[in-house]
Amino acid sequence: MTLEAMWYVVIGASVMFYVILDGFDLGVGALHLLAKDDHQRRLLLNSIGPVWDGNEVWIVIVVGGLFAGFPDVYASLLSGFYTLIMVLLMGLMFRAAAIEFRSKHESKGWRSLWDGVFSLASILVAFLLGLMLGNVIQGIPLDATQDFVGTFSDFFRPYSILVGITAIALFSMHGSIYLAMKTEGEAHDLVRRWILPSIFFFFLCYLATTIATIIIVPHMTQFLSDFPLLIVVPILALIAIINVPYQIRKKQDGWAFISSSVAIILLLSLFAFGTFPILVLSTLEPQTHSLTIYNTASSHSTLKTLLIFAAIGIPLILCYGFFVYRTFRGKVKLDRTSY
Amino acid sequence: MGMDILMLSRIQFALNIGFHYLYPPISIGLGLMLCIMEGMYLKTKNPKYKEMTSFWIKIFALTFAIGVATGLVQAFAFGTNWSRYSRFVGDVFGSALAAEGIFAFFLESGFLGVLLFGWDRVGPKLHYFSTICVTLGAHFSAVWIVVANSWMQTPAGHTIVDSPTGPRAVITDFWAMVFNPSAMDRLLHVLVACWLTGAFFVISVAAYYLLRGKHLVIARSMMHVGIVTAFICCLLQLLSGDSSARIAAKYQPAKLAAFEGNFVTQEYTPASVIGWVDGERVHSISIPGLLSFMTYRNFKQPVMGLDQIPRDEWPNVPLVFQTYHIMVLMWGVMFLIALFGFWHWWRGTLEKRRWLLWAMVYGVGLPHIAQQAGWISAEVGRQPWIVWKILRTSEGVSKSVSAGQLFGSITMFLMIYILLLCLFLFLLNLKIKHGPEEVVDTVTQYRERSP
Repeated sequence: MTLEAMWYVVIGASVMFYVILDGFDLGVGALHLLAKDDHQRRLLLNSIGPVWDGNEVWIVIVVGGLFAGFPDVYASLLSGFYTLIMVLLMGLMFRAAAIEFRSKHESKGWRSLWDGVFSLASILVAFLLGLMLGNVIQGIPLDATQDFVGTFSDFFRPYSILVGITAIALFSMHGSIYLAMKTEGEAHDLVRRWILPSIFFFFLCYLATTIATIIIVPHMTQFLSDFPLLIVVPILALIAIINVPYQIRKKQDGWAFISSSVAIILLLSLFAFGTFPILVLSTLEPQTHSLTIYNTASSHSTLKTLLIFAAIGIPLILCYGFFVYRTFRGKVKLDRTSY
Repeated sequence: MGMDILMLSRIQFALNIGFHYLYPPISIGLGLMLCIMEGMYLKTKNPKYKEMTSFWIKIFALTFAIGVATGLVQAFAFGTNWSRYSRFVGDVFGSALAAEGIFAFFLESGFLGVLLFGWDRVGPKLHYFSTICVTLGAHFSAVWIVVANSWMQTPAGHTIVDSPTGPRAVITDFWAMVFNPSAMDRLLHVLVACWLTGAFFVISVAAYYLLRGKHLVIARSMMHVGIVTAFICCLLQLLSGDSSARIAAKYQPAKLAAFEGNFVTQEYTPASVIGWVDGERVHSISIPGLLSFMTYRNFKQPVMGLDQIPRDEWPNVPLVFQTYHIMVLMWGVMFLIALFGFWHWWRGTLEKRRWLLWAMVYGVGLPHIAQQAGWISAEVGRQPWIVWKILRTSEGVSKSVSAGQLFGSITMFLMIYILLLCLFLFLLNLKIKHGPEEVVDTVTQYRERSP
């Protein structure tokens, strides 16, 4: 495997960690307003309280990893998606502020305001992430110097919007399962009622996206004719998704969460198989102007350095993560330090 | 139009980083304070230290949250607005940022959860370990970001190669890049400034309680921790500032000349105490030979002035001059407060000196003014280069971003930042007014629970 491909795998793994981890706390945010009273909303918020910040760091790793390993992708994508990125940053900032500020003042108006901000910002972030992924799949107009030459309306093609909505659905499903794992009693009964509708919503989106992918962006399915054995990946993804309601019915919330995480990994793998080695497709000249892992990579010595960082750093990160999640394992309880 | 986009991009970057940089120094400085306070608690088992620690953890949490939210912007800001710069330096600068993410951010935000919510979940020692990890993470973050910035000031360990989309810098020697000539001096300068920020924050709140006659026991201990740290850091900063300036003299003479408004290369080069720049002349109260002495330890040896530097490689001299002098002046005021504070605290007469306590209450702003001004002088002093003598700032800006988009994003950031700052101050005020709470002594409790 080339150094470029190895760094691609590191970034890909970071994307998976991000979607699995920040995915559930964005999903909790998307569902937040469905909780009835202040007590339940606090339970929801505190279920992600000690971990959401660490989860969000994965997106910084993805972005920083692109900057270091594939600087042209970092430069073209972020300057091309300028306005979307600005709105995404606004969403992430408001979301962080809402989580932190909500509990600091005991007034009904204050709390409802931040509840609304938290939920809307979570939905907005989920949608924008999906929308950007959709645009990366469909391709964006990049010229010979790898600069974006399109307009803002180019981002809102139906397929990309569909992927955006699918992201909201996926995170809501993932978040509702996480909440089922973390709550007990009345709150748990309430949360369980959200799971099936959110699975159903996601399943519809998933079907629609799959059909749309085959029709609108057939290049994404090319890998199946090159490597027919890989057909197991979409099949396993489907099984993982169907397994979620099954585990929920058996009241195996933990297994349902694992199944949902596996589905995320497989769906992202499908994206990687469909696009590799292209990172950003150019709609103007797909053959020459697209950004691949080879024409955008940093020098080999830098990629080696980065891989050494990852080899030392990622096991450490997993250790901290394990320690933190273990410390806060079990059902969420409110105490004097809670939000 | 090109110029407009450049200027707007610079304004946006300055706005983002300037607002962000209100918070990390508090996190780094308070982190150190927390390590001291919680360490004292573990050592003495005196619950007052736990009350202090818990109180400051709440303020730390508030600061940290805004620091992370605004810091996220920085990870994207190079790509969005400085895409040509990003292509040019990704190999070098990107590596330092990636190292920051991998080695600092997770340590920081991972253990933050335990620090904030873990008092009742882990033992006191493990909690203290988490406090130390969060603080270390914050410090590591400063290490990598200052290394990256210093490389832009005094690049080393790289070579320039051609690529299809233009020339770019590539690392040839990673450690030479990390230990570029200014990196370690500037790192110390930045960290000491952060510790001063933390110390003056603690002093300010302690002085406020002493003036109001509230929480006296805790306030005295906080004053003790704060004033000793502040006094030591003020002295350290004098040494670090001196060595940073000498590095600038060696590697960035244009910048040092702008710091001091030194237009003419002459023997017995003077240094200004206070003044202003008028065209290509400086009107100031100055001390002859001082700049020569500070640079070369010799009153006579001339220091290179701006007359030796091509006109198109001058930074904005009046701005750099003023911000540099504001920074130095702020250090002077902090030093006086720390000196008098230390003296009266030593003698036990501090609480009778209400004027001094009031100065301490407002002193919380001094490190922030010094840091903002210092960073402006360091960054504007580097102009017109984005990477010293290698890439001009005008060559780094994104091509595909329009002035309209920039107006939009600057307006958005400005509104969010004003809102965040108001909320931060409002909540901070609530917390300080509310004060520390009685706490359960977890060391003893933990012992009893698990013999």
